[in-house]
Amino acid sequence: MTAGAVLLLAALALGPATVAGAPKEDFRVPPPPLTEGIFPCSECHASMEVDRRRRDLTDMHDDIVLKHDEEHRWCLDCHAPDDRDRLRLAGGQLIGFSESYLLCGQCHGDKLRDWKVGVHGKRTGSWNGPKQYLLCAHCHDPHAPRFKPMKPEPPPVRPGQAVRPGEADHE
Amino acid sequence: MSDAPRRPPFPEECGGSPSRRRFLAGAAAAVGAAILTACKGGSIEEFLQRQFHQLSPAEVEVLIARLEREHMEKFGSSVRVGNEPPIPGIEFGYALDLSRCIGCRRCVYACVRENNQSRDPQIHWIRVLEMEKERGVNIHHADPYYDHDLVPAEGHFYMPVQCHQCKNPPCVKVCPVRATWQEPDGITVVDYNWCIGCRYCMAACPYGARHFNWGEPTLPAGELNPETHLLGNRPRPKGVVEKCTFCIQRVRKGLYPACVEACPTGTRKFGNLLDPESEVRYVLEHKRVYIFKEDLNTQPRFFYYYGA
Repeated sequence: MTAGAVLLLAALALGPATVAGAPKEDFRVPPPPLTEGIFPCSECHASMEVDRRRRDLTDMHDDIVLKHDEEHRWCLDCHAPDDRDRLRLAGGQLIGFSESYLLCGQCHGDKLRDWKVGVHGKRTGSWNGPKQYLLCAHCHDPHAPRFKPMKPEPPPVRPGQAVRPGEADHE
Repeated sequence: MSDAPRRPPFPEECGGSPSRRRFLAGAAAAVGAAILTACKGGSIEEFLQRQFHQLSPAEVEVLIARLEREHMEKFGSSVRVGNEPPIPGIEFGYALDLSRCIGCRRCVYACVRENNQSRDPQIHWIRVLEMEKERGVNIHHADPYYDHDLVPAEGHFYMPVQCHQCKNPPCVKVCPVRATWQEPDGITVVDYNWCIGCRYCMAACPYGARHFNWGEPTLPAGELNPETHLLGNRPRPKGVVEKCTFCIQRVRKGLYPACVEACPTGTRKFGNLLDPESEVRYVLEHKRVYIFKEDLNTQPRFFYYYGA
């Protein structure tokens, strides 16, 4: 209990860059896509006893259906049990939600490598200047990361066909 | 507006030195005026305007002022016609991830909005081909008209095709009047006032990337993008060819092309081919790259790759 607290304090003092064990890198990301009104998680969890048993959630968060290696993982593999406002790397280090790419990159290292250089994922901004990155979670739901199919925009009109149906061809 | 020297005008062997051309233009003015009264559209200034490379910086300013005035009259809102020159040391390149495109066509319509394409008759600079995974890239089995409720469709992949900004562009080679050329930053542009509408370039382009304004372009005034470039997305007249310019009005200011920003899957990558740190260079050096119709030796600056 005390050891855990000390570790946590140390982690806080060292800051996120050192926690990740990597040199400080600057990725401009928009705020993480947390459900409206749900953060800080500690607002509810602070007064609750930590239940480390793996189980199906029934009272709260039951809308989350884990489809992400669900046979092997559950909530507390990624969410820090003792600090619900942060995420937890496999080594026990805590990181903020805006650094979640470090967590994803533990398994998906090749994607993290491509993401850092701007090849995996979407970049906006300036090709020769500052770029806006997106977090993994902006495009992939961390609980069910497969990209969802979407409705395509309308197909082009065929040659000789009017843009608006029923209209004569350009005359 | 820049005073940077443009590339030389018509070489001597092509015939028609500027002074002779100017003389003929002057002599033809009277005839021209007579014709103009009979023809619809087009001012005397437009009739007498010379090819882009033959214009002095002052003449370009006059041209821009005239175009801005004409667009104002037509659309009732002010349009800025820019003339940002190429940035030295930059050669633009594009990379598109065939493993990530889901065929949602967001890029197609972002391009239409950004670049003021005609809505009816419809012009799309980007065409998304749907192909069967089993057959691979095979344009005999490609369908640009797919219309599913949801994409990607099972067993299919998608390949958006647009101008490849070739280093050896057949479209430029065949233009009989030099209305189209490659800029120093690699973008092939069209002088809409010089284009005679012969459509040789369309026949020559192996990518179907050039589009002709068969009818008077329609563009609802409210949907006009007022940030334009003289050699890019300014509103076009009927009877000229147009094409993708990598969003010349954006990229010469350091922005990404509109299609890059619209893509929801991060399929599209853009940058400076001469910068080893750029995203495109990373793709070329680390990914499996596919050049469409490589055997035609067009040497595209547009690359497909397999990123997954």
